Amino acid sequence: MRNTWAVMKKELKIYFSSPTAYIVISLFLLLAGFMYYVIVSNFSLLSLRAGSNPYFSSHLSLNQSVYIPFFSNAAVVLLLLLPILTMRLFAEEKRQRTEELLFTLPLTNTQIILGKYLAAVVVLFLMILATAPYVFYPFTITRPELAPVLTGYLGLFLLGASFISFGLFTSSLTENQIVAAVFSFAILLLLWLIYWLTYVTSFLGDFLKFISFFGHFDNLSKGVIDTADIAYYLSFTLVGLFLTYAVLEVKRWWR
Amino acid sequence: MIRAENLTKYYGNIRAVEDLTMEVPDGSILGFLGPNGAGKTTTMRMLTGYTTPTRGKAIVEEIDIQREPLRAKRLIGYLPEVPPLYPELKVRSFLEFVAEVKGLRGKKKKAEIERVVSQAGLEKVVHRRIRNLSKGYRQRVGIAQALLGDPKVLILDEPTIGLDPKEIVEIRALIKSLGGGRTIILSTHILQEVTSVCDSIAIINEGRLIEFGKIKEVEEKYGSTSLEEVYISAISRGGEA
Repeated sequence: MRNTWAVMKKELKIYFSSPTAYIVISLFLLLAGFMYYVIVSNFSLLSLRAGSNPYFSSHLSLNQSVYIPFFSNAAVVLLLLLPILTMRLFAEEKRQRTEELLFTLPLTNTQIILGKYLAAVVVLFLMILATAPYVFYPFTITRPELAPVLTGYLGLFLLGASFISFGLFTSSLTENQIVAAVFSFAILLLLWLIYWLTYVTSFLGDFLKFISFFGHFDNLSKGVIDTADIAYYLSFTLVGLFLTYAVLEVKRWWR
Repeated sequence: MIRAENLTKYYGNIRAVEDLTMEVPDGSILGFLGPNGAGKTTTMRMLTGYTTPTRGKAIVEEIDIQREPLRAKRLIGYLPEVPPLYPELKVRSFLEFVAEVKGLRGKKKKAEIERVVSQAGLEKVVHRRIRNLSKGYRQRVGIAQALLGDPKVLILDEPTIGLDPKEIVEIRALIKSLGGGRTIILSTHILQEVTSVCDSIAIINEGRLIEFGKIKEVEEKYGSTSLEEVYISAISRGGEA
């Protein structure tokens, strides 16, 4: 546990003494903020128009028209940016030859993997948290439902955490950070869009829908907490971490 | 004490090290010699548990490093050929990380870091980022890292490579001062380094150990007092075999 903590601290120090974390966090805030602005502006236009139409205005909901689209857009931004956060975790150790230290110190592979994983998760957490001021601002002027906003955040966090575990895995495969980022981006995008196959084939339909990131996130952003969705993200994370572990174990024979 | 028992490493069909057996007793400083590509680095990587041997065992203080890696690794300080440093970190944070992983906490950690900082002559640079250090200082940070936790066995892979003459003299003096009960394996191409620092030598060629013993005994065996002559004739003989 203490060793995992030490590895995590080291990774966080490296994140925040190089531009990586700052760039990823600020780009996320810029993009998510831009999307939020557009969505909210659009909603206020709708509200103005709805002023003269009582039927329409009774159906206007901040949760429906602002928070759900915001969270799914923010999820796409995470998909784009998290591979950049994770790409250096193992690839750079290999390129800088620091893995020779890492793997000869009294550390287990599990401690190394968890330490690195948690460091990226901390950055993810800070990044999501930084959107809170504007996301919660409407609560000061009106009364949207709180629960779907909280589950939306939970979904964003779980989704990001499983993205990170796959980024960690692709980073363990190569010493080239760009290759690690592109590969992880491709895997994540494919997992996101794999449910498209259900439009053209019924074969494995339910299974494909189940393994796609998309549907599980949808539920959470609507305020529905289904243990199946939580279990889905946790198992995805475990798969990513396990694959990383397998890579490290195999590599012991080849270096 | 560190012992190699029939250590063998193949990469596919390529032989890196074959059937290497040797024991470096407590307090001995071994010069590990051999041409480039002879298998020195691979041997050291197996001894430190970085690489898994194809066959054979690496044993530190009677602990098999493959069976009980954590216990064995605690006893070893290792400086690889390229000093393993995180350029983004400050010297102090880097040493803190290594100290914590080696199980040092609180006051003990602080005292131990201070000890290796002064031993490696790093006082002036502890608050600087490793990225901005000269090669000589980087090497010192690499050595300081290996010394943390006062390991019984030190394995140094070409610690003076690429340094300027003044730095070489300083690092050599530092290594010499590290003896005193520690078991050290020092790989190098500089034979005068071996005569000035080590008490015994191992010569390896094409993955096989061809000479091993006290420097004097090996020199007597070859009827020469120059380590250079011994080295050249051992390597060329090994080549014929």
